[in-house]
Amino acid sequence: MVERTPLINLLTHAVLLLGLVILMAPLALVVIAASHDFKTVNLSPMPLIPGGHLWENLRAAWVGNNFGQVMFTSLVVAFGVAAGKIILSAMSAFSIVYFRYRLRMVFFWIIFITLMLPLEVRIVPTYAVAANALSPYQGLIDALASLVPAISIKLPEWNLLNTYQGLILPLVATATGTFLYRQFFLTVPEELTEAARMDGAGALRFFWDVLLPLSKTNMAALGVIMFVWAWNQYLWPILVVTDQNHFSTATMQLSKAVPGLAFGEPPVWNTAMAATLIVMVPPLIVVILAQRWFVRGLISTEK
Amino acid sequence: MEKRVTFNNLWIAAAFIAPQLFLVFTFFYWPTGQALYWSLTLEPPFGGGNQFVGLQNFKAVFADPHYWDSVIRSVIFAITVTLLSVGFAAVLALFADRNLRGHQLYKFLYFLPYAVPAAAVGLAFRFTFTPEAGFLGALNHLHPGLWDPTRNGWQALLQIILGQSWKMAGYNFIFLLAALQSVPRPVIEAAAMDGAGVLRRMREIQLPLITPTFFFLFVINITDSFVDSFGMIDVTTKGGPSRATELMVYKIYLDGFESKDYSLAAAQSIILMLLIVVMTVLQFRFVERRVHYS
Repeated sequence: MVERTPLINLLTHAVLLLGLVILMAPLALVVIAASHDFKTVNLSPMPLIPGGHLWENLRAAWVGNNFGQVMFTSLVVAFGVAAGKIILSAMSAFSIVYFRYRLRMVFFWIIFITLMLPLEVRIVPTYAVAANALSPYQGLIDALASLVPAISIKLPEWNLLNTYQGLILPLVATATGTFLYRQFFLTVPEELTEAARMDGAGALRFFWDVLLPLSKTNMAALGVIMFVWAWNQYLWPILVVTDQNHFSTATMQLSKAVPGLAFGEPPVWNTAMAATLIVMVPPLIVVILAQRWFVRGLISTEK
Repeated sequence: MEKRVTFNNLWIAAAFIAPQLFLVFTFFYWPTGQALYWSLTLEPPFGGGNQFVGLQNFKAVFADPHYWDSVIRSVIFAITVTLLSVGFAAVLALFADRNLRGHQLYKFLYFLPYAVPAAAVGLAFRFTFTPEAGFLGALNHLHPGLWDPTRNGWQALLQIILGQSWKMAGYNFIFLLAALQSVPRPVIEAAAMDGAGVLRRMREIQLPLITPTFFFLFVINITDSFVDSFGMIDVTTKGGPSRATELMVYKIYLDGFESKDYSLAAAQSIILMLLIVVMTVLQFRFVERRVHYS
């Protein structure tokens, strides 16, 4: 806009810069604290000029927290959740949009309602399911068997605690992606479907060769969002992983990063901050590299 | 909206939707039903099936002063986080939307906090606020014991409020900026022609035009603060000192997993669910309105 407002421009720059300082300060402090030695980091206030011990602290944090294995676990979980969401929600949205059957809208609502209640509010019973994933079905069978005793069956137990499935599957069981794909499929022109059918393509062929290539943007956006979301999960992992010495995700590991005040010693903040840095780098990298998808995904999944 | 052209092979339709239905049944509907069942029953101490006790668990929850404390703290937490982070993000979005030099860099950096795991945010803030080192600890040079979130409950609450607001500010910024960018430029130009200055246009044109986004963000932020504070609390205060940061989800966790009182935890879950459902319905009603007007 052609307008001369030097004073307000100055104010704008000042406000934006101040905002940047506030939003970047915690990140910067983590890096600075991770670069000091034990003595310097415990000075109060801590010197803001970075020290020269960053690599040393990162290595100590990496080894001390067994991050090689822990980061691998987190990567598998984050990729697993992202892939699971992308695949399952594309499939279910396809079924809801491109077929006509009586239960269609019922299914849509069944899936859609799951948006309302996040995992955090039903942790205790979900944990019970994770301890035996077949227990819901056992429950159904028992309920039926009380009416018709002949069908009483004892299902085996399927324990998901301390497994990748246990970490991944409950996080996949929500409607975020289904809704996103549904909205997108509804905007795909009818002519494409008509043409595909005229060329003799069946449902599977159309899904695979037409719809999936068209939804690449959606997939990228959903994948980035879900990767970051799954990586950052904390509550569910600490419930489902009971054997935390052998199996742990990156965020969980942070709860152990600050050793307690044993023997009146100050906590080892420099390696704790190095651990924090290690854990927050992967989602930050993903978001920085895929900023466009992330923002798009965020805005369209919340609608 | 419906597709005119559809496919006929219903086996494929069934096979495609079945995995998702199994997942939501196993990990959503069954646990939710289970929570309801537990909240209305009690497990007898010497084994046997659960006994129906009506609303007794809910009465026990409502009679517990610690529960009301956790509700009040959750409300304080949710409202302050929402006001702080939405307000802060709104100021930044309004000024960033002026597109002066460097605006792209700001827009790029502002939302990064949202990608940081809550547990990492918690640790970063715990270090910054720690009484014996860090930064605010320096206040103790002025007067010993002036700053100590490990002893002072309100300071501990302030610490997690600031952590959560910091994280949510980036998120709110994305939505507010998107909303501001969708305000038609001619409207703003017309106001400028009529002599409205930059600040006046922000106050009287831009802000009123994006009120739907504010409403949406208020709902999302409040819901999120109720639900998503666990990671931050667990790595910073563990609900302490003396329950000062024991918010609702944290109390459910403690009652369910530390005290193993499933019925009490389930009753609290049901109350929280109802609360979230009310918020979500509000949000959907609003989304419907927005679709009509845009």
